[in-house]
Amino acid sequence: MKDKEKFIRPYGDTPDDGIIQISFTIPLPLPFSREVAKRIVKEMGLSDENIVFEKDIYSGFSFFIIYGKFNKYIDISKIKVKNNELTIPDFFEIEKIMEEKIGKKIKIIACTLGSDAHTVGLDAIINAKGYNGDNGLERYKGFEILNLGSQIQHELLIKKIQEYKPNVVLISQTVTQKNIHLKNLTLLSELLEAENLRDKILLICGGYKITPELAHELGYDMGFGANTYPSQVAYYIVNELIKRNLLDKWS
Amino acid sequence: MKIGTLSLDERKIIYAKSLGKKIADDVLEEIKPYTTKSIERAILRIFGVNGVNSKGIPYVNSIIDKFQEKNLISKGILFLISNALIKFNTNSIQRLIEEIDEDKINITKLEYGDKEKIKILAKDLIKDGVSKIVKKKKERENMILKYPLKEKPHLYVIVATGNIYEDAKQVKSAAYLGADFIAIIRSTAQSLLDYVPYGLTTEGYGGTYATQENFRFIREILDEVSKDIKKYVKLVNYSSGLCMPEISTLATLERLDLMVNDALYGILFRNLNPLRTMIDQRFSRFILHIGGIPIVTGEDNLIKTIDSKEFYYTVIVSQIINEQLAKNCGMDENEIGLGHAFELDPNLENGFLYEIAQAQLVRELFPNSPIKFMPPTRYKTGNIFLSHVMDTLFNIVANLTDQEIQLLGMLTEALHTPLVHDRYLSIENAKYIRNNLKSISNEFIIKDDGIIKKRAVEVFDKAVEKLEEISSMGLFKALEKGYFSDTKRLKEEGRGYEGVIKKDDDYLEIYDLL
Repeated sequence: MKDKEKFIRPYGDTPDDGIIQISFTIPLPLPFSREVAKRIVKEMGLSDENIVFEKDIYSGFSFFIIYGKFNKYIDISKIKVKNNELTIPDFFEIEKIMEEKIGKKIKIIACTLGSDAHTVGLDAIINAKGYNGDNGLERYKGFEILNLGSQIQHELLIKKIQEYKPNVVLISQTVTQKNIHLKNLTLLSELLEAENLRDKILLICGGYKITPELAHELGYDMGFGANTYPSQVAYYIVNELIKRNLLDKWS
Repeated sequence: MKIGTLSLDERKIIYAKSLGKKIADDVLEEIKPYTTKSIERAILRIFGVNGVNSKGIPYVNSIIDKFQEKNLISKGILFLISNALIKFNTNSIQRLIEEIDEDKINITKLEYGDKEKIKILAKDLIKDGVSKIVKKKKERENMILKYPLKEKPHLYVIVATGNIYEDAKQVKSAAYLGADFIAIIRSTAQSLLDYVPYGLTTEGYGGTYATQENFRFIREILDEVSKDIKKYVKLVNYSSGLCMPEISTLATLERLDLMVNDALYGILFRNLNPLRTMIDQRFSRFILHIGGIPIVTGEDNLIKTIDSKEFYYTVIVSQIINEQLAKNCGMDENEIGLGHAFELDPNLENGFLYEIAQAQLVRELFPNSPIKFMPPTRYKTGNIFLSHVMDTLFNIVANLTDQEIQLLGMLTEALHTPLVHDRYLSIENAKYIRNNLKSISNEFIIKDDGIIKKRAVEVFDKAVEKLEEISSMGLFKALEKGYFSDTKRLKEEGRGYEGVIKKDDDYLEIYDLL
């Protein structure tokens, strides 16, 4: 018997029984697939495999529910867990923060700039449908979004910002030929400065090749790269607007 | 529960629908002067134009774009093609199209011949095209007669692998397991493409492209299965987005059986231009009706984005408008499958009773409609076990309130597109409930002063109030003000606006020619 404080295995209904439940499908019919399933369970390092359910689900597929025993121990003294991991709250929590701490609509203008016709990134972040199950910004009650779509010229965007008076401007730049995206982005931050609009807004860019460092360099408050989820952007916006006191700059 | 159990005020129902009719009639008046690029392309598809040119662009796109560039498209492709056929004394549309595509014919140099002659030819062309569609409709009717779907609610599942050959395997599995309707989910953001991809496709994101060839391939497989199990399993796809009219036309040509079709969904959740998609929707519903394909609408989405307890009335509002919009396209009530969903917060006390109230309300407001009931999604997490229980409650409500088409919830909702065995577990759950609750709807009546009745009346009253407001300002204005799903959409903004075309005096209306 190992030292219980330090060595751990799964718990079913008695300490150290190591019970694990798994289910999967094999793309072969029964009964042959049963033998395949057993070998898979063994390869996973489980013993005492018990096929509690198997079912031919047609078209050459069979489904299994299996219990097995995990016989090794995990030495937890070797595990270090960082406690300061930044966790993004979910949709409902972010909505709650908005409601409690902001209490009015945050206005956002979004578009792709200049020659860029690609709205994939913008759609994933803005459209209510969102990305991979993560709700898009349009779904948040606390955001009011003016999505200008693709290929918006700088001058038009400036005009729209003056009319709409947003708290946040979100720019997506996906395509990068000869670094046009850098020129596009830089030109916008310069124009915003020139028009005295820059300190009224939170300026964010996003795109496949964007990093936070690059964004700062180009005069933006933040940049989001590949694999960004809408909730990350939403959470950043809410926190920064509060932190920078950017909620009443237009009044 | 039987229709009438809620004892809703009949006069109020008639009043609500008259408001819906006014809203729909106003929309029709506003969109009548326009056609769209996609409608013109759809007309070419009715003629049987298919394929892509040497650059990989669909012929229908290349041709319509050429006519638009030369500012000729306002005459309508029906007029333009009929005229060209007469001028060149040919009857091969496909060859004419290819020659225009290759610039062998200069379309700006084409003079217009006798307009009566053009009109007569156009009429023949359309009748000829439509006869193919009607033939497919008859084929379907024969299949349904021979192999009817017997049990209700019908079970609807989705398949979404991205690869049509993998879809085929999973479609087969689902059909043998007991699915009655099978939808192949489209690739992410296909709704934003202003063309229909070509061929059998093996690469999609979160789904498989809707193409004419993919439609045909899967329908053939389902026909084989249907004969084998003596039940005509129905194939579903999505006629929404910028190519709504074309996809609808392809569905009629390849004998799909049900189409998800809702302009409001595109406007609110895909930021499509409201005018464009309303014009497109009119044509789509018109052609689907000719092909005998019912639609289902997307009201379920309205309460995936905002709280169902507070905003369920928007579902009713949209359904009442949608029904009238569809009727204005010639659709019958049994072709209008209005949508709604089971989306209340699972922590809500008596939530189950409210769900019953809402589902029964929809059932009673639209007694002849093949109502589509959607499963819980909004509050699902990675807890697949609780998720399976939530789906069970949903299944119970579906049976108790006689919903017709029940889209099955998946225990892995919120995690990934359904795995092949997720679908099995779902179908098994639904069949178990359907069998055990077979006659339950006949056994229950609703307490007159109870929670269910109160909730139904409260939702309906609120819906009528909103319908009054919308009917006085018009649907487009209501969209601008954010009446639905808290999202504001302007009539002259959003995707696809550039594809809206004002018709000129020569334009030949397909609606009139038939």
